[in-house]
Amino acid sequence: MNHLIQQVPLHYYVLLSTMLFCIGVLGVLFRRNAIVIFMCIELMLNAVNLLLVAFSVYHGDAAGQIFVFFIMAVAAAEVAVGLAILMMIYRNTKSVDINFLDKLKW
Amino acid sequence: MVQYTFYFLSFLAILSALMVVVSKNPVHSVLYLIITFFAIAGHYVLMNAQFLAAVHIIVYAGAIMVLFLYVIMMLNLNADVEPHKSKWLKFAATITGGLLMIVLIGALRNVSENAAAGLPGNDIGLVKNLGRVLFNDYALPFEVSSILFLSAMVGAVMLGKKEIK
Repeated sequence: MNHLIQQVPLHYYVLLSTMLFCIGVLGVLFRRNAIVIFMCIELMLNAVNLLLVAFSVYHGDAAGQIFVFFIMAVAAAEVAVGLAILMMIYRNTKSVDINFLDKLKW
Repeated sequence: MVQYTFYFLSFLAILSALMVVVSKNPVHSVLYLIITFFAIAGHYVLMNAQFLAAVHIIVYAGAIMVLFLYVIMMLNLNADVEPHKSKWLKFAATITGGLLMIVLIGALRNVSENAAAGLPGNDIGLVKNLGRVLFNDYALPFEVSSILFLSAMVGAVMLGKKEIK
């Protein structure tokens, strides 16, 4: 698909990934539900993945797409462990509100 | 045509990502996140990264989102139980996110100038090509990631047990 590179500049992908990443950061700051915060972390990971693929395609280097593959593998493992931790938190505190988890705050 | 597809997919991704953040019900957040993931997969198809598009849909929309929905269902969180943050905290969060976006956009403004356009290797995203690179140059990290998966599985099982003797 050669005409994509001619019609859509790389700069647009940088802008799109930046916006998605910042929406993820906004969600982490904005919400109190731990599961939604977790989803926003996934959103940030995906923004970075999209930018890596864009750079890989525009520079003709396959290594970027391999990195994205490994990031997906790590993200899947992270979600499995993180949701298990979340289940334990819910079992102990009967809530997934992060404001109850401030024992390490001071 | 490609340009309009790009605009449509970007609009869809950003809009549904915003809806993930602002929707009150966690189940709606998950559903909007699935729309975002499909839009990102559409971007991968647009960039001719077909292998990654397939893997993205399988891993994210197929595995991770099912896991999220399952946990929400098990914890019975589909009602709006989240107490509201104060107005000031929401305001501060929005300002912080907007400022971060401005800083990042300003810092990355000139990044595309030295990017070479129209390179020959545009079929690098196909399965044949990526498989060759993956198993020639990155065979050891590929095997290490299987150990990572094993340890993640053992860790999740250990965390999920009721009592550890």
